[in-house]
Amino acid sequence: MSKFAKKKDGDLPAVSTASLPDIVFMLLFFFMTVTVMKDSSLKVENVLPNASEIKKLEKKDRVIYIYVGKPTQEYEKVFGTEPKIQLNDKFAKPAEVGDYILGERAKKAQELQNVLTTALKVDKNANMGLISDIKHELRKVNALKVNYTTYEGDAFRNIQ
Amino acid sequence: MPRRAGAPEVNAGSMADIAFLLLIFFLVTTTIETDAGLDRMLPPIEPPETDVIIKQKNIFQVNINKNGQLLADDELVNLKDLRTKAMAFLDNGGAPSGSPDYCSYCKGKRDASSSDSPAKAIISLKNDRETKYATYITVQNELVGAYNELRNREAKRLYGRDFTDMEAEYLNPETAASAKEDLKEKVKRIQELFPQKLSEAETSTN
Repeated sequence: MSKFAKKKDGDLPAVSTASLPDIVFMLLFFFMTVTVMKDSSLKVENVLPNASEIKKLEKKDRVIYIYVGKPTQEYEKVFGTEPKIQLNDKFAKPAEVGDYILGERAKKAQELQNVLTTALKVDKNANMGLISDIKHELRKVNALKVNYTTYEGDAFRNIQ
Repeated sequence: MPRRAGAPEVNAGSMADIAFLLLIFFLVTTTIETDAGLDRMLPPIEPPETDVIIKQKNIFQVNINKNGQLLADDELVNLKDLRTKAMAFLDNGGAPSGSPDYCSYCKGKRDASSSDSPAKAIISLKNDRETKYATYITVQNELVGAYNELRNREAKRLYGRDFTDMEAEYLNPETAASAKEDLKEKVKRIQELFPQKLSEAETSTN
């Protein structure tokens, strides 16, 4: 009869996993806070050109996106191979851009309505004619701040 | 006999599994990267009430045709030389000393037949409807690059750091308000030395 029970030798104590949920929750909250959900799926090819003198687009809530490019393969049969404009999940004509901008602008908070930027995500093989039409529409609804979204890189790679 | 012990403990062993499931979901849907690109202002649609008369020598005309060739001030130029040409034009400072437009910080040739001062110099960009977007962006990039290089030069001289750095810090929402106030002044000053006057005319249809 001993006062101190003898340790069973050769038996490692199990690592406590009680704090595992805490660690996982910590990570979970991190990702929950930084997550921005993808809001529209692309229906056009969208390989952006490169540029080096770029500025970051801060504050996503102040940005309206317009996508331009050739319809992807599954839409090619219906919409052809000429570059098209995509607004919020559907193809659109240049004349619809103005209404779209006004609609999106009305959805934003009052104090943001004057500081909105239009981000043009245009495929590098698109023609300037379509872009000019879009720019004209933007000017009509007084959405003058635009951002030509690009990748960061050497601009001369565009013309090879 | 009534039970004496309290409510039985809930087994929390599967908590980690549930948390992992959520974690993986958010991991997959996350996009952290922010978009970046060239910022531009479009001209307002209603024409200015008073017609401003601009001297021909203060305009640097850049034309892009449908094959991606460049015509700058009536001569064919290579895209790679555009930045140097634009910088030479902007930095020219042709106004004679003593005139109100005299540019004291210009380091150009002071050629009387080119631009008077950076404040007067205008770059006009024209493109064809068939021009490729990629070419257009490259040209825009070079022209913005010309402005940025000149602004960097002046910012280095006055404040000992690059203008692009200062502007990025100023626009960054994480910058402290006091630092922002200080930067605002500096950024504005440099922007006034070389104001970005890049006009985009209507696209030609032929």
